[in-house]
Amino acid sequence: MNRSTIDLWVGIFVALGLGAILFLSLKVGNLLTTSHSEGYRIEAAFDNIGGLKVRAPVKAAGVAVGRVEAIRLDSTTFEAVVTLSIDRQYAFTKDTIASILTSGLLGEVYVGLDSGGDPQAISEGGRVMKTQSAVVLEKLISQFLFDKAAQGGGGK
Amino acid sequence: MPASTIADGLRRVGAGTRRAVTRLGFASRFTFAVLGHSVEGLRRIRLTLREIYFAGALSLVIILVSGLFVGMVLALQGYDILQRYGASESLGVMVALSLLRELGPVVAGLLFASRAGSAITAEIGLMKATDQLSAMEMMAVDPLARVVAPRFWGGVISMPLLAALFSTLGVFGAYLVGVKLIGLDPGAFWGNMQAGVDFREDVVNGIIKSFVFGLIVSLVAVFEGYDAAPTAEGVSSATTRTVVGSSLSILAADFVLTVFMFRGVGV
Repeated sequence: MNRSTIDLWVGIFVALGLGAILFLSLKVGNLLTTSHSEGYRIEAAFDNIGGLKVRAPVKAAGVAVGRVEAIRLDSTTFEAVVTLSIDRQYAFTKDTIASILTSGLLGEVYVGLDSGGDPQAISEGGRVMKTQSAVVLEKLISQFLFDKAAQGGGGK
Repeated sequence: MPASTIADGLRRVGAGTRRAVTRLGFASRFTFAVLGHSVEGLRRIRLTLREIYFAGALSLVIILVSGLFVGMVLALQGYDILQRYGASESLGVMVALSLLRELGPVVAGLLFASRAGSAITAEIGLMKATDQLSAMEMMAVDPLARVVAPRFWGGVISMPLLAALFSTLGVFGAYLVGVKLIGLDPGAFWGNMQAGVDFREDVVNGIIKSFVFGLIVSLVAVFEGYDAAPTAEGVSSATTRTVVGSSLSILAADFVLTVFMFRGVGV
């Protein structure tokens, strides 16, 4: 086999392989748009985050605008402090309400942001003041049962 | 009578164990020798390029075709299961994650072991059987640097590229079946895939896996060839041992790597 033919084929092979890695990184792994340097961070404190996990999406009006970057417990207030990384092209007002929602009954847990009418926007490192905790199904059911029991007791 | 049979059996077990341990020792010494001769071997880059051609470029067809079909089958099967839960939009992310994390490196590694590993073993074994290796030594050419190291590095370099091509063609096959055949929305297909696949966690870990598998297959292949009994029978059994040994090692190493890479995901 001719030397230059071998070189040509090796060149084609390596170019294809590197192209595949590039494709996997950019198109499949979406390296360009999810890099963390592009987002700004805001915090939100919740009484209960339910099944929220790191890397869960942050949505506003159903549009994904960022990701959950970190979750920690504030040991003085005993609230869960969630750090959200928001895409720079979106700004949210100071009276935005952050709530923990579930898409469908079994779907993924995400953070929903509802903007209000405040003229000022939350800046880098700011905090969402109004939050709504996750609905914990077990609590809801037990509350319902207790209410029913109390009603039944009062009726007699 | 029974006493001598037992003694015979014990002797055989002992001899077998000793042979296995000696072979392991030789394999370790051989590994270090190959790594030690790597710089010398890589300096003759032409030889390594030639091996990349034989191990990598000539494996392209089987890798590309298998990747395409694996991706298409994954999409068909995945769609059937996902749509029962009303989650058929997640087809893209399911296929991409299965390919990047597991199927790409593992299946490409298994194919590479049988396509290229066996060829490397047979070639080195036959060179040994026809005294070419001894002839080289007599001409003061070290066969480890001239023959073994280029084949080893040719395999190590080719394997991650082949695995990446396998995954890429798999994703493309899933796109063909999912979007073109079944009629899923292409936006949801790619969007969910991009949202669910992490570069560091999935793409890089997959490449690390395929690199490790490349090391395993190449090392087993050159070792079995170098260690082959210099007969036609010896070469054929060495080739078999390469395919069996490297396939099993890939699967075992895959388990270990997966435990280390993905145990903390999502927690």
